[in-house]
Order: sequence, then C-alpha cells, then structure tokens
Amino acid sequence: MSDRVSVAKTYKLYIDGKFPRSESGRTYPVTDSVGGFLANASHASRKDVRDAVSAARKAFGGWSGATAYNRGQVLYRVAEMLEGRREQFAAEVSACEGVPTAEAMSTVDTAVDRWVWYAGWTDKIASVLGAANPVAGPYFSFTVPEPTGIAAVLAPQSSSLLGLVSVLAPVVATGCTAVVVSSADRPLPAITLSEVLATSDVPGGVVNVLTGRADELGPWLASHADVNAVDPTGASPGARVDVAQQASGTVKRVLTVPGDEPDWTRRPDISRLRHYLEAKTVWHPKGT
Amino acid sequence: MATASSPAAFADATRDETSLSRFLQGLPGVDQVGVEARAASLGTRSIKKTAKLWAIDTAISMVDLTTLEGADTRGKVRSLAAKARRPDPDRPDTPPVAAVCVYPDMAATAVEALAGTGIGVASVATAFPSGRSSREVKLADVALAVDAGATEVDMVIDRGAFLEGRYGDVFDEIRAVKQACGDAHLKVILETGELATYDNVRRASWLGLLAGGDFIKTSTGKVSPAATLPVTHVMLQAVRDWYDATGELRGVKPAGGIRSTKDALRYLVAVHEVAGEEWLTPELFRFGASSLLSDLVLQRRTQHDGHYSGPDYVAVD
Repeated sequence: MSDRVSVAKTYKLYIDGKFPRSESGRTYPVTDSVGGFLANASHASRKDVRDAVSAARKAFGGWSGATAYNRGQVLYRVAEMLEGRREQFAAEVSACEGVPTAEAMSTVDTAVDRWVWYAGWTDKIASVLGAANPVAGPYFSFTVPEPTGIAAVLAPQSSSLLGLVSVLAPVVATGCTAVVVSSADRPLPAITLSEVLATSDVPGGVVNVLTGRADELGPWLASHADVNAVDPTGASPGARVDVAQQASGTVKRVLTVPGDEPDWTRRPDISRLRHYLEAKTVWHPKGT
Repeated sequence: MATASSPAAFADATRDETSLSRFLQGLPGVDQVGVEARAASLGTRSIKKTAKLWAIDTAISMVDLTTLEGADTRGKVRSLAAKARRPDPDRPDTPPVAAVCVYPDMAATAVEALAGTGIGVASVATAFPSGRSSREVKLADVALAVDAGATEVDMVIDRGAFLEGRYGDVFDEIRAVKQACGDAHLKVILETGELATYDNVRRASWLGLLAGGDFIKTSTGKVSPAATLPVTHVMLQAVRDWYDATGELRGVKPAGGIRSTKDALRYLVAVHEVAGEEWLTPELFRFGASSLLSDLVLQRRTQHDGHYSGPDYVAVD
C-alpha cells in the first residue's frame, strides 16, 4: 500500500461568525517547534482588523444585552465543545509548543477548567463588583458593572491555548466582544478554538480571531476609535509602547501587563474581569 | 399626446401611442450577462488616497438625504436638515449634501429649515410609493409639494400601466406632472425592482427621458431589490445615449440599498466609466440614501485622521 498524501491545510480567519480569507490574500506557513511544516495560516492585515471591529461592534448589543445567566450557559457550552476536541487541542499544543503529549493534555484540561471558571463568574461578578452605596439623602444609590465594549486582545505568544483562554474568556464573560490576534508562530489552537466557537452557541462577531503579527496589527487596533479596551499581552515590549501611544488618542482602557508572559497555570483572579467592566452608578429617589 | 417639448430627434417617436410603443419596443435589448459582468468588474476598481478623499466629498455633495417614514415628524425633518447643512459638525470643511428628500406634507418644514443654504428640498409625490391613485390626486400631490416650496419633485411612474404596455398613459402622466412642477426639477422613479427585466428598465428610462424627466431614479426604497449597479448601468447608458442624440444632459439617481462608502464609490466609478466625467456632479448624479451619509462621514474621518473611526463619533440616525 502506498503512503497516503496528507491534506495540507490553509486556515482562514474567523470574523463575524464566518471564515474569510485575509483581505490582503497573505498567508504564512506554520511550523512545529522543530521547524516541520504544520499548515498555512492567513496573515491578517489592517483591513481585516477593520472588518473584525465592525463585526464586534455589531455583535456587542446582543451579547452585552443577554442576561448574565444566558451568557454563562453559552460559555459552559463552549467548554463542552473544548472538552470534545481534547485530543486535537493536545496534539496542536504539543506540536506548536514542543511539549510532550501528557503535558499538553494537562494544559488542555487546565484551559477547559479556566473557561468554566470564567463562565461561572458571568452571573456572580455583579454581586462582587457592584454595590448598594450608603448615601446621605433620601436616595437609593446602586453601582452596577457594565461591559466596556469592544476589547482588542493581543494573545500571548508562547502559551498558545491556556494563555489564549486566560485572556479571552474574561472578555466574553463580562459581555464585551473581542477581536483577538493569536500567537503568530503558534496559531493552531486559536484556529481550532474559533471552530469551537463557530459551532457552539456564541453569536457570530462576539469573538473574532485574526492570525498574524501582533506587532503589526496591535497599533491599528489601538488607534481604532471604535475599540474600547486593549490587552497588549502578545505584543513585544517595543510594540507595547506603540500600542499605548496609539491608544491615547481615544478614551481606551489599556491593560497593564507584566514584561514577560506570566505563568498561566497559576490560579486566576477577577482582575481581568474588572478590567473589562465600567462602574455605572444610579441614584434613585426613595419614597418617604 | 402632447409633443410640444420633445426634441426634434425624437419627434417621430412621441407622435402617437403606436409610434411610442414601436420606438420603445425597438430599443436594443440589454445583454444581461454582459451588463452584470461589466458592473461587477468596475466594482473591483480600487480608489485610494487623494482620489478617495475627492470621491467621498463628491459623494457627500450628491446625497439626497432622505426620510420617508410613516413616523416622520417635523422635529425629525428639522434634525435631518441640520445634518444636511453640516454633515460633520466637528469638521466644517465637510461639504453639505445636495438635497433633503421628504414627503410632501413635510416639504414646508424642510424648506423653512434649509432657507438660504442652497440645499434643495426634494419631495416625493404622485401617490408615492405605489403610484396607485387617480391622475387628479397625483397632480394635487405634486401641487402640494410645489406650493410648499419644494425645488425638486420625485414622482413614481404607474408601473401597472407600464407593464401592461400602456406606454402612452405613462408618458402623458409624466408630461402632466412635469407641467405641474413648474420650475421644480422632476425626478422620475422607475421602481426598477418591479420592472422585472433590464429591457424594461431601458424602456422605462427612455420613456422618462422622452417625457421630460430631468432625472431618472431607480427606486422608491420601499421595494426590494432597490438600486443595483447593473440597473444603474443601464440607466446611465440611457442618459449618455440621450446626450449623444440631443445634446441635453439628464441625471440619474440610484436610491435605496446604498449604505456604505464602498458602495457609493462603486457607483461613482460606474458614472465615470458609463456616462462620463461630466456626470460627476450633484446636478446630474444623486444618491437617494439615509444611512449612507453617516458612513461617508466616518470614512472621511478615517482618511483625514489616519486611524479608523466609529459610530460613537458621528450622528447616526
């Protein structure tokens, strides 16, 4: 029997619930940790950034308006789908990051747990960050957290799945919509995650995944007036300065991130959720 | 049939109903595949930098800012008028639009709000959008608009009569409306979405031109499909042919369904390539649109600022 020729894949972007090619037509080869060819990925351009942001804006009303309980259910469903693709994710993480299969498998499990952890926060975060404020007058005063808007997320470059989930899940859990630029050299788990999102109940446009260079796309995302928050984790130190400068033209939340990639296996806290929420305080007259 | 103002070149065609019918039926058929392919290929043309800026400004100055809703209020018309005068208040160099397009009973409000600005007031008339009423009612509708001070009248043709082949009736009606318009410009809405074929679009275009319409307009915006590029191509060919035969310049107005700057630029390319450069002016080409203006303003900002803008920064109606 002759050896079968395997199908070499050219993956596309994930924008507005669809899988379009990059507007630029560019692709780049993705290799494993020792330089073997894995697949081709689309090399996103600033036009793709533009399209992804308008898709995210279009999806924002529906996603932020959904009840927290409903968002939680949708995100649990994503976790189920992640779990269903456990082997595929493990193989990709192992190939991209050059770790043994057992370690990759444990990374995938942590990533699924991380997603579930954030899914659980959807209907609880308001009780933690919101408040009934004591005021000196005949009023009720409430503070409620509301989603910031569109978040541009430059995903970590080394941790291709767990890092990605750790930066993306808090965005969608709060009700924000996301434009994610995946790890450039290790994009396969992000691509598979977009296939998971497309086949779970997440509305199109809530998460948009671009594969390409964070340093190239980051400044365009940061200068885009319709983007409300930026997470520069995946940008190089030089590009982070650029991102911060470009973001200063508008009122935009720029997440402060450590110089090196943190240890993503550490227990998360709610600081990322807090970053994508705005406090709204309402005064309401109290009947006497 | 009145023939007084038909150009000499077409005196024969408009002599009586039979010859009008023969003339319209004798127009060469439209190559459907060809016109669609040509429209699609012109649509791929890329326009950048200064040409794009020029095109955006030109497109803004060609917009007939339209509100034709049952829920229109005088307040809404006034706010539309304010937007027409200064589409982007933060950037005073943004050109004003060509006209504001409203229902006849709102024309007076629009005229008052736009006094002294040079922006036209277009009013739809003749039992818009269906056109299903008697001649008297249609002419009274036109009179209402003209008396209120509308400078442009957008009439709908009787599509029923056209599809039945009663070209003479349609012709006479356009004539009568043209007379009732006085000094106001007449735009003839063909409602191409109901005409079924490109051949019919070509016939209706010629009918509108023969009867004296200053503009031929694709649609009311109430029927889908509204304006499409191929249909606009056919109509642009008609005004071009009309110019070649008579030396008169007539305009075209696609309306409905044009929402993005990208779409608008495709239309401008078509105008330039099919009709000619002299049509790239608000006197001869208009966009009937409501949400298009916001996108044009957004894209204009993107070009000037060097970064993308968003709907938070312009008045989106």
